[in-house]
Amino acid sequence: MRSYAIVGNGVAAVGCIEGIRSVDADGPITIISEETHETYCRPLISYLLEGKTDTERMRYRDADFFDRMGCTVLYGSRAARIASDGTAVVLESGETVHCDALCIATGSSPFVPRFEGIETVPKRFSFMTLDDALALDGALEASSRVLIVGAGLIGLKCAEGICGRVASVTVCDLADRVLSSILDAECAMLMQRNLEQNGIRFMLGDSVSRFEGSRAVMLHGDSVDFDLVVLAVGVRANTGLIADIGGEVGRGIVVDDRMQTSIPGIYAAGDCTEGNDISLGQRRVIAILPNAYLQGHAAGVNMAGGDEVFDKAIPMNSIGFFGLHAMTAGTYTGEVYEEVNGTSVKRLFWENNLLKGFILIGSNERAGIYTSLIRERTPLSSIDFELLKTSATTTAFPREQRRKKFGGVV
Amino acid sequence: MGVDFIYPEFEVIRNESRCIACRVCERQCSNEVHAWSERRGVMMSDESRCVNCQRCVSLCPTRALKIVRSDCRLRENANWTDATIKEVYKQAGSGGVLLSSMGNPNPLPVYWDRILINASQVTNPPIDPLREPMETRVSLGKRPQRIERDDEGGIICDLQPQIELSMPVMFSAMSYGSISYNAHASLARAATELGIMYNTGEGGLHEDFYAYGPHTIVQVASGRFGVHEDFLNAGAAIEIKMGQGAKPGIGGHLPGAKIVGDISRTRMIPEGSDAISPAPHHDIYSIEDLRQLVFSLKEATSYRKPVIVKVAAVHNIAAIASGIARSGADIIAIDGFRGGTGAAPTRIRDNVGIPIELALASVDQRLRDEGIRNDVSIVCGGSIRSASDVVKAIALGADACYVATAALLALGCHLCRTCHTGKCNWGIATQRPDLVKRLNPEIGSERLVNLMNAWRHEIKELIGGMGINSIEALKGNRLMLRGVGLTEKELSILGINHAGE
Amino acid sequence: MRRVFVNEEWCLACHLCEYNCAFANSGMDDMVLALKGKPIFPRIHVEGDERISYAVSCRHCTDPICVKSCIAGALSKDGDVIRVDRNVCVGCLTCVLVCPYGALAPGPDGVMQKCELCLENSCGEPACVKGCPNRAIVYEERGERA
Repeated sequence: MRSYAIVGNGVAAVGCIEGIRSVDADGPITIISEETHETYCRPLISYLLEGKTDTERMRYRDADFFDRMGCTVLYGSRAARIASDGTAVVLESGETVHCDALCIATGSSPFVPRFEGIETVPKRFSFMTLDDALALDGALEASSRVLIVGAGLIGLKCAEGICGRVASVTVCDLADRVLSSILDAECAMLMQRNLEQNGIRFMLGDSVSRFEGSRAVMLHGDSVDFDLVVLAVGVRANTGLIADIGGEVGRGIVVDDRMQTSIPGIYAAGDCTEGNDISLGQRRVIAILPNAYLQGHAAGVNMAGGDEVFDKAIPMNSIGFFGLHAMTAGTYTGEVYEEVNGTSVKRLFWENNLLKGFILIGSNERAGIYTSLIRERTPLSSIDFELLKTSATTTAFPREQRRKKFGGVV
Repeated sequence: MGVDFIYPEFEVIRNESRCIACRVCERQCSNEVHAWSERRGVMMSDESRCVNCQRCVSLCPTRALKIVRSDCRLRENANWTDATIKEVYKQAGSGGVLLSSMGNPNPLPVYWDRILINASQVTNPPIDPLREPMETRVSLGKRPQRIERDDEGGIICDLQPQIELSMPVMFSAMSYGSISYNAHASLARAATELGIMYNTGEGGLHEDFYAYGPHTIVQVASGRFGVHEDFLNAGAAIEIKMGQGAKPGIGGHLPGAKIVGDISRTRMIPEGSDAISPAPHHDIYSIEDLRQLVFSLKEATSYRKPVIVKVAAVHNIAAIASGIARSGADIIAIDGFRGGTGAAPTRIRDNVGIPIELALASVDQRLRDEGIRNDVSIVCGGSIRSASDVVKAIALGADACYVATAALLALGCHLCRTCHTGKCNWGIATQRPDLVKRLNPEIGSERLVNLMNAWRHEIKELIGGMGINSIEALKGNRLMLRGVGLTEKELSILGINHAGE
Repeated sequence: MRRVFVNEEWCLACHLCEYNCAFANSGMDDMVLALKGKPIFPRIHVEGDERISYAVSCRHCTDPICVKSCIAGALSKDGDVIRVDRNVCVGCLTCVLVCPYGALAPGPDGVMQKCELCLENSCGEPACVKGCPNRAIVYEERGERA
């Protein structure tokens, strides 16, 4: 009987477990989980602070998932190193977990720049894990002034989550706009305005130069007094286990379309990896939940002797603040179609007969049709792209394709 | 509005407390009666466009709509009725011939409703169709006068070509063009499933429907549209249309606007050209001429198909039928004056022709008297509305009936009688693709099959009640009929006794 | 399994399916009370124009990307039916972003709702199918993908 080990207990791990079980019903699976919680939906931690969910509802799978799946979970244990042939994981406790197939799903960790005086800040938090969120939750008071360093997805979701509970929220970022990794200036401004209307203050193109206790002195010379600070500058893939044994690592662990690392027999999935972004045609870290699951699933199937290729990875995000949603996907290169009106923006990017990416702010009905064009690499000449530009509709597909989609089992 | 204003005939009554403004009525009305008023926040209707086809009424999910006859009446009297006065107004405005659709709506006698059917009591037992076999099959065509035997004593069976029907009903001629592709598809599928016939009318046969050939009667009419060798050989029988009950003495006219795409190809005439069927066949001025056409068609189909000659019921119908029987035709179809049409001049529809009941009785009698009844089968049409009409027609001497209006009703027709506008909301009498698709032939054919199966059951019950177990035994059995409220003359033409006699 | 299939050849774009859907999922027994004077949020919607139209609702994919992408674990495959747990959904719309059929849309509260085949509402069978006047929407078993 084949045995499996998965380092990590996030969504990629669950994908991996379900992938393994789709092929192998019996082989024992050991999960090495640094966190002491059952798998939860990490993107929901801001909703937890907002009161829109709770730890029970945040479970990613039901309570008896691991039992049903025949998994042994080693909570609170950290992998120190792995055998170079992938047949064993040595834990920091000294224990060794042996396995026939191994998957690294270690995710990422907050990246904290060396701010001068950071150690003088009495209440500082990162915002990545459930424990981070619970700690922050315990520290928030109605009178709190919160400084969030980082206006990316994590920082802003945190801001949204807490702004109704505290006296003020200020977000600063060295970038000149919010969500700079996924939005252009115009779209970022729309989102920013909406956040501002809901009481969040921004200091953009500026960041903390140094901390002095509960005061941040900014690069431009201003200073901000706060009661607590959240550091959400960025994340880094946890690649150490593979790097240590000489596996290929870039910004993430390099994997192929079957989620195998450069070391045969060792697989990796999720935020710790760097796979092929088909919209870009290059490898990059795509640290989003759907990707984690899909990679994990492919890794699991292949670990169990099946054959699953996941070659449709693209970055994509659906993120809303106070009711205004931004949906983005792919890469923003090539020709552009755009519709801009007051509170909504649509930008489609295409190149070489393929849709490459899009940004939709506000109106986002049936956006998945655009996403699928990117993922499936549908030649734009095979569809009515002119119609699709103005409206995401399957009417733009040839009749025969529609017949299959809506008249058949898909 | 002005001097030529005529108050709308119908009013749309919308129950505001039920209307949820889903706008289904608006989307479904090709006459554009309904519209959403953003300003008023309610649905509005323009009654002047309403034809009372009830499409909106049928589809309204909250039953918020009804259409009623307007009570705004002109000062009519028994002579100058509301309708008559309005017709004058219309003609004074337009200077044109009035057009109408479907059959004669006037309160002329419906003899079927003055004829009652017999039932067995005591001395001869009725037959229960649920317990005993009943034969509803009929075949149409020439019959031998007597049984002939060969030297061995065996019966010589060289019958002239026949058509077989599982019950004595066929769908009568409606052309592809006058009705939609989907209406045709429904009729063709249903006829095939039922084991009866439908009829192409003078529109040719769309290539998609050749598959239903064994249940198709192909028609040759005065315009000869769509007639070619394959067409003639595709059907189970060929019908020469000399006349039509709704408009005896005149031809037909399908406007060029409707001659598009497949219709043009099927009719074999250029797109956009008017399809004018002349009043006469220009090669037929005598029974001898008719005989030539009958035999030309038989020759073209190697004498394998029976030939039907269809005529409108007119004053000398008995003599005409006698001539047809001698022309070599296998079947005579007689169409009474209440028969339907896609479009006819109103005056002709409402004033020309005679009732089918009288025509049928006199034709059957004449052919018997002349000893040529077995030379032809008789099919009667022109408003056969129910199973009891069928039974009465058979007893009066018909071999089978043609049914069209009832079939259209089964397809959804609400008898609004505006076929000629081409905007049929039920997808029947239209060629507008968005309207044609409203008739799903899967549903249409199912409903036709249901209707005919229901009639078949009723026919069995009716004839079983008389103690008869086959259509064959009912044919011409006028003793099974009695008249009520009819004059001596009417009774004598019908060849039946009065009730109580 | 039985699924909802559409045939654009017969769709009349009457939009009755949308109203029947909204009513069936309203939890009320009176269509007028349920729908009058309110915007509707059906789980099926008619797409197309005057030439072509068809109703789109969840395809209940054999390999549903919405379920795999849901950041809240709110979407799941229950047997063959894909369901949403509205108590768990946070309205992030990632499922809208990934559904290749454009079949998903949130409810009035911003939380996702989706076609669950009316199996658990008062209709008991897909209301869109039941009310379609032209059999453009059917509920039947068709060949499963190999």
